Amino acid sequence: MRGLAGRSTVSDIALNMSDAFPEPDGPPVPAPEPVIEPAAETPAPDAVITAEHAPTPPTETFYRHTRVVRITHWINVICITLLLLSGLQIFNAHPMLYWGKYGADADTPFVSLGAIYGPGHVLQGVTKLGPLKLHTTGLFGVSGGEIRGYPKWLTLPASRDLADGRRWHFFMAWIFVINGLVYLVSNAVNGHFKRDLAPTGAQLRPAAIWRDIVDHAMLKHPVGEEAKRYNVLQKLAYLGVILLLVLMVMTGLTMSPGFDAFAPGLLWLFGGRQSARTIHWICANLIVLFVLVHVIEVFIAGVFNEIGSMITGRYTIKTGAGH
Amino acid sequence: MSNATHGPDLSRRGLILAGTALGGLLLSGCDRLSQAPQALKFIDHAEGLTRGAQRLILSGQPLAPEFKPSDISPTFKPNGSFHPTDPAYQALLDNGFADWRLAVTGLVNQPLSISLAQLKALPARTQITRHDCVEGWSAIAQWSGPQLGAILHAAGLQPHARYVVFHCADNLGGPGDGGKYYESIDLFDAFHPQTILAHTMNNQPLGVPHGAPIRLRVERQLGYKQAKYVMAIEVTDRLSGINGGHGGFWEDRGYEWYAGI
Repeated sequence: MRGLAGRSTVSDIALNMSDAFPEPDGPPVPAPEPVIEPAAETPAPDAVITAEHAPTPPTETFYRHTRVVRITHWINVICITLLLLSGLQIFNAHPMLYWGKYGADADTPFVSLGAIYGPGHVLQGVTKLGPLKLHTTGLFGVSGGEIRGYPKWLTLPASRDLADGRRWHFFMAWIFVINGLVYLVSNAVNGHFKRDLAPTGAQLRPAAIWRDIVDHAMLKHPVGEEAKRYNVLQKLAYLGVILLLVLMVMTGLTMSPGFDAFAPGLLWLFGGRQSARTIHWICANLIVLFVLVHVIEVFIAGVFNEIGSMITGRYTIKTGAGH
Repeated sequence: MSNATHGPDLSRRGLILAGTALGGLLLSGCDRLSQAPQALKFIDHAEGLTRGAQRLILSGQPLAPEFKPSDISPTFKPNGSFHPTDPAYQALLDNGFADWRLAVTGLVNQPLSISLAQLKALPARTQITRHDCVEGWSAIAQWSGPQLGAILHAAGLQPHARYVVFHCADNLGGPGDGGKYYESIDLFDAFHPQTILAHTMNNQPLGVPHGAPIRLRVERQLGYKQAKYVMAIEVTDRLSGINGGHGGFWEDRGYEWYAGI
């Protein structure tokens, strides 16, 4: 009867923000026994508008996310949002991507968000992805009548300003890295990764993975004890996005001429500075894809319960009797 | 399943609408905040943090990566000024820089005036390095020239010397002294073995688009630090009195002085 939350003491020392993120009572944060109570007495936050059909299925509230996970999650939301928007501003200064050690105007990009003059001398946005050539006027290449890689509403600052984009990007990068280190170290120490995110042998069997894929496709979510643990697709998605975020920092540092003098091995690892810039962009796209799927899943699984659990730590599940 | 069957659809729709509105507000607010002077002043602390961190990991003065001749870019993109319009520069160029003199002044014991022939006679360092523009592109070339450290040693630095300022011939910012290109580095980078005054590029005399007769190579920083058309070197203890006061042409226009990232 153990939830996802572990015995986190590192987080308690490091981050004393109990007002904003209350921990359940009782030191030193043991995973509390689940409180089984009828939904009518303590309704789950998203069950305030009660169903027309009675009886309401029995629910159980349990402690799912530790304080350190909740705080680092929301700091991450701010960091990744601003890093993405300022990153697209920086990208716009040279909206082309190359593979290898060098790459500039005279070399062949394999991705470009460019502009051409079409019939009647009208600007057209042309996005090239390898051999693929797409007309993307209004979105990529040309938007608002202007030649710019990404449109204004996707860049920080909105207007073309590489200097300020860089200042925001590197400021947020520091917060992101410190926040990420707090997350990685504390959850390695308290066993969260091993306990909750590492897939079990049984979960990794092809048949089990296939069943999870089918369940996901049918939007079928587990109830009862099974709902307290992450399924294998969730685990792989969360581990995958952690890897992507680590790759973002590594490829970002590979673009720094100063850091390259300290760690030239990164250039070897990623195949050169321009390859690192391209991988940085690919990982950013994959992170955006993760966030889209993640937010859609939150809505499907119950937006108040999910967001509430990332604020209070408490998550309500159906015990299964109602189905 | 759990929520799909009962009522919060309406409120969910409301939430999505509210979220979209809030997101829009946040984005426009974000943009205004992103250019507020107080906000920019605050986030500028990150530059000091980056400089401090890089100086710490580079304290052993490791070299920037050097490349093989086969790695050299077929075309090295010139950037900024391609041909200075200054009549004095044009006169020097017309005469093959025979009358060009590199002035070394400021907080030095012995001010110098070095001809191009003298500069070329000095022991040169040759390195194949990568040039990284702040915009994101890179080009690789081979550079040769004397180490800046040797020239500074010859001039002899006074005890309170902190920065080396490079005054250039090109008016990238338009006519007048305010538009003149200039750059600066501190002594940590000035005495790095790869910091050279390059007079030769890919075994050819440095061309006009690349900064003839000499350009600075300071290999652990971005392209805008690699001053072209260097006319004079000034050793100083502060940057505040020079041009816009931020230590460089692009620095006076909002870019970081420390360009190691």
